[in-house]
Amino acid sequence: MQEVESAATVPRTGRRRSEALPAFFFLLPNIAGFLLFTLVPIIAAFALSLYDWPLISEPKFIGFGNYIRLFAKDPLFGQVIWNTLVYVVFYVAANLVVSLALAVWLSQEIRGIKIFRAIFFLPVLVPPVAISLIWQWIYAPGNGLINALLAVFGLQGPNWLGDTHWAMASLILMSVWQLFGYNMLIFIAGIKGIPQALYESASIDGAGGWARFWWITVPMLSPSIFFAMVMTLITSFQTFDQVFVLTNGGPGSATEILGLYVYNNAFLWFRMGYGAAVAVIMFLFILAVTILQMRLQRKWVHYETA
Amino acid sequence: MMTVNYAALCVSGFLMLVPFLWMAATSLKADNEVLSMPLRLIGSRIAFENYPRAWNYFPFARFILNDLFVSAAGTVLALITSSLSAYAFARLRFRGKDKLFFAYLATLMVPQQVVVIPMFLMMKQLGWVNTYWALIIPWAFTAFGTFLLRQFYMTIPYDLDEAAVIDGCSHFGIYWRIILPLVRTGLAALGVFTFIGYWNSLLWPLIITNQQSLYTLPIGLQMYHGQYGTQWNLLMAASTITVLPTMIIYLIAQRHIVQGITLSGIAGR
Repeated sequence: MQEVESAATVPRTGRRRSEALPAFFFLLPNIAGFLLFTLVPIIAAFALSLYDWPLISEPKFIGFGNYIRLFAKDPLFGQVIWNTLVYVVFYVAANLVVSLALAVWLSQEIRGIKIFRAIFFLPVLVPPVAISLIWQWIYAPGNGLINALLAVFGLQGPNWLGDTHWAMASLILMSVWQLFGYNMLIFIAGIKGIPQALYESASIDGAGGWARFWWITVPMLSPSIFFAMVMTLITSFQTFDQVFVLTNGGPGSATEILGLYVYNNAFLWFRMGYGAAVAVIMFLFILAVTILQMRLQRKWVHYETA
Repeated sequence: MMTVNYAALCVSGFLMLVPFLWMAATSLKADNEVLSMPLRLIGSRIAFENYPRAWNYFPFARFILNDLFVSAAGTVLALITSSLSAYAFARLRFRGKDKLFFAYLATLMVPQQVVVIPMFLMMKQLGWVNTYWALIIPWAFTAFGTFLLRQFYMTIPYDLDEAAVIDGCSHFGIYWRIILPLVRTGLAALGVFTFIGYWNSLLWPLIITNQQSLYTLPIGLQMYHGQYGTQWNLLMAASTITVLPTMIIYLIAQRHIVQGITLSGIAGR
């Protein structure tokens, strides 16, 4: 990004003066909305998290009361954090592995390959509500697709979504199926940008398929992998639709994750301040993980300086 | 070798599509055959009547029109505002540009859940609860749109602007007559992403509407689920109705979507 920018903004004679006035007018419509509907709400959320506000009565300032209550007195919150971390770690890992593997496979240029890419990407754009309903039926005990197939082999499947041992895994499996196609497309584009000569000379040196993948594809693709990992982590912390429809946090609180817990607090139990505090903690998690990634990237992300 | 490759592709592609096939198959089963065992993909007769039944139980036409209106209005607004601001970030020189752009990017990290609670209170103040305004306006000024279009603008050579300046063209003229026609793919990509984002959105419409006359399709489907419980054939018919429009959009705009994702991915560098 740095490089592109400097190339595009090289000072040229005659155009050195500031263009602040036109910039102001070009930015105005977007910035006005951005301030009002993004920046102000963000700041307001932090302020709100310091209040006790059960919508029907007046807000009362309680300092860090909500946070203290979350960590010291809310037995559910620890579980919600744990669930969220389990979901995020397994979902992101599985998403990246599957999307990378399929990208390597589908980056070959053969006839009709675009149709297959389209098939794997298809669920990404479909409404998550519909996806979750379909999978609820796939996971249904008794006659759902999976258990009906297992029954053919004389096996009795569990109640996938109603069993605390299986509900989270079922949620993760569905999410991966639905969304890996996005990263897959990013990786395919990245792989196609890797110079073919690298693979050819590696082959001459006797490198097998696995070695070429590990020593050429992965390092050359590392900027894309980094980008995909950061974005997938950010979005997975916020997961709401899928869990709201598929399990609504259940059974018990086995799949209650942060995204749902914010909604339940603020809009089911009308605890505005408390819900805002949960949302702020969610943001802090995302911030911490993103900063950590930025730090770690120096160790493994390989930027081409050509 | 090639045959094995294709066979493997076909098998995996088929597995990928199984949930949608299962949806379609179930939606055409008669009531008494949905739960019948052993498993059969197609029942003894094809129950097309499930579709009118599902369609008429809820005002689905209304939901679709609502969703269409909200998504289209939001998309147009987002395209206008982001294409203008992206021009400032990609083409103009002003103080604090990098800092401002960084602030935009940083908000991409902020979860929607942080924003919706204050936004709901704000909408209450404005008297916008249960209005189209509330469904459309708040999400039309995204940092993502500015960011994505800036990436597209950066690919256009500067010489074009300079030539236009020499010809006496204003900045608005450059934006309108040179940049915009050259980033049609970028606009199309952002348009599709924004449209789908609105179309699929659940959390915000759930918070801000409680009148059936304002429901969008995801809310409608969710309500349908609540009422029809586990009448799977009707539920799958309703799901098919919900799924089809996005699939059609995808088929039409596939090329733009792929390019949009590719360019936002490269932007990570």
